[in-house]
Amino acid sequence: MGKKKLSRGVAVVGGGLTKLGLFKDRNSKDFFAEAYLEMLGSVDKGFDPKEIEAIYIGNFTNDFFVNQAHWSPIIADLLGLVPRPVTRTEGACASSALSFREGVLAIASGLYDIVLVGGFEQMSKRTTEEVAEGLGMAASPYEVAAGFTFPGVFGTMATAYFAKYGADREALFNVTIKSHGNAPLNPKAQFPCTIRDFMNQRIERCRQRGEPIPQWKDEKDFLRDPRVNPPVAWPMHLFDCCPISDGASCLLLVAADLAKKFTDKPVYVAGTGQGSGYSLHAKKDLASYEATQAAALQAYEMSGYGPRDVQFSEVHDCFSIAEIVHMEDLGFYKPGQAYKAVAAGESRLDGPKPINTSGGLKTKGHPVGATGVAQLYEVWTQLRGEAGKRQVPNPNLRIGGAHNLGGTGGTCTFTILERR
Amino acid sequence: MNARPLNDTSYEQFLGEWKIMGSKCKKCGALALPPRPLCVSCYSPEMEWAEFKGTGKLAAFTSITVAPPNLAKEGYGRNNPYVVGVVELDEGVKAVARIVGVDAKKPEAIKVGTAMQAEFLTKEDGGVRKTSLVFKPR
Repeated sequence: MGKKKLSRGVAVVGGGLTKLGLFKDRNSKDFFAEAYLEMLGSVDKGFDPKEIEAIYIGNFTNDFFVNQAHWSPIIADLLGLVPRPVTRTEGACASSALSFREGVLAIASGLYDIVLVGGFEQMSKRTTEEVAEGLGMAASPYEVAAGFTFPGVFGTMATAYFAKYGADREALFNVTIKSHGNAPLNPKAQFPCTIRDFMNQRIERCRQRGEPIPQWKDEKDFLRDPRVNPPVAWPMHLFDCCPISDGASCLLLVAADLAKKFTDKPVYVAGTGQGSGYSLHAKKDLASYEATQAAALQAYEMSGYGPRDVQFSEVHDCFSIAEIVHMEDLGFYKPGQAYKAVAAGESRLDGPKPINTSGGLKTKGHPVGATGVAQLYEVWTQLRGEAGKRQVPNPNLRIGGAHNLGGTGGTCTFTILERR
Repeated sequence: MNARPLNDTSYEQFLGEWKIMGSKCKKCGALALPPRPLCVSCYSPEMEWAEFKGTGKLAAFTSITVAPPNLAKEGYGRNNPYVVGVVELDEGVKAVARIVGVDAKKPEAIKVGTAMQAEFLTKEDGGVRKTSLVFKPR
């Protein structure tokens, strides 16, 4: 067995993330260029892009979404990085967490000093039904044959969680309301609005059309209303599901001993972990993700930190229930306790364990191949104290986590970043 | 029967014969459904076929209102949802399947833990007969 530590430290010294949303008139390589240009400008002491030695790019299925495979060398060409090695990583919605991890391992091995990692996805060129079909390619064939959809797999896990721990849809509402609370604070979010904003928009529309004005008591009352929050796959409703998005993300990784040449505020990789998971029929516990538990264990072991040391985290919330279950699998809360902590406001931006300060995939957007590095970009930004209005209000912010899930849990990663 | 390879194709052939067949490890007795080519408990390659009774209980489910293209063609969707779920069989393994005999429009009334019984649903698609496993409340 290996020693489960990196042979050489790795630091993040630059980053870029596009505004997320639907940009049909653009091309998926343009998104990556936009993120790359932001990254170049973000390196405090500047650097010569010719110093980049290798590139790892996460992408789920440009092949299906825009009919173009083997896109990484085309991106390298666009950015003037030919003939450096460029490698595509695929782990469904965790594709770019894998590119980050491969970049870290490549530097830790001593092969490279400076590596560009990132991810992209363009989903807007397909219809919603086609996107659902494309994402379905990442589910287990047994589930697809039985008639499961992606939201259906997560809905199924939700009923298992509810039955096991006594939770109900209220638990999901709390996640959605919390995430939408952070959304307006993130200028890159696809839906930068609170649930209250959605309610007001709807009321205004009814007023303009001369229709009866809806009388919702509060945000939960709004989410309970099937006219505005229809079911998708019980108990997953529209507001439990992340949107279809376009976007790209990237980070510049360097060997830790070189970091200060690039910035006085490097953020270091404290721990990285990756696990694989079962299809539904083979799972021992339908209310947990073994891939996340394995990834978290590795990251904690490598970093020497535990769940309590991680002050805030991005947690993969493709569907609201996933955020709750993963908060437990990451060890932040005991099994069956996370939904109570969310109800108590603990995961809010001003709570003791802020989760998804970016607004999460639900509000920020989920261009699947870009998401893993987009989450790490958020943690990097927070640790540098540059998150603006959504900055975690803790003057001693030092350690943050990013959890990424691919498919229906087949691939999960957990990364711990820190300021030293 | 034992001559058939332990794979999805054989599993589907057996369903066509109204049999739920998985694998059993000759060494440690671990069961798997669908069958596996090796034991994932003790890693022995010595496997044999095992038949499952088809009784169990509902472990988790969902009622789908936004249907994938193939089921939308059959008329499922917003006004005609359908239920799929995970059934834990009495033998201890789980199966993912369509759940029939429940009201898909009232998912809040469907209870995890409900006793279930397997049925075989045969459909003709482009001249090909295909049998799938479904479950209904017992």
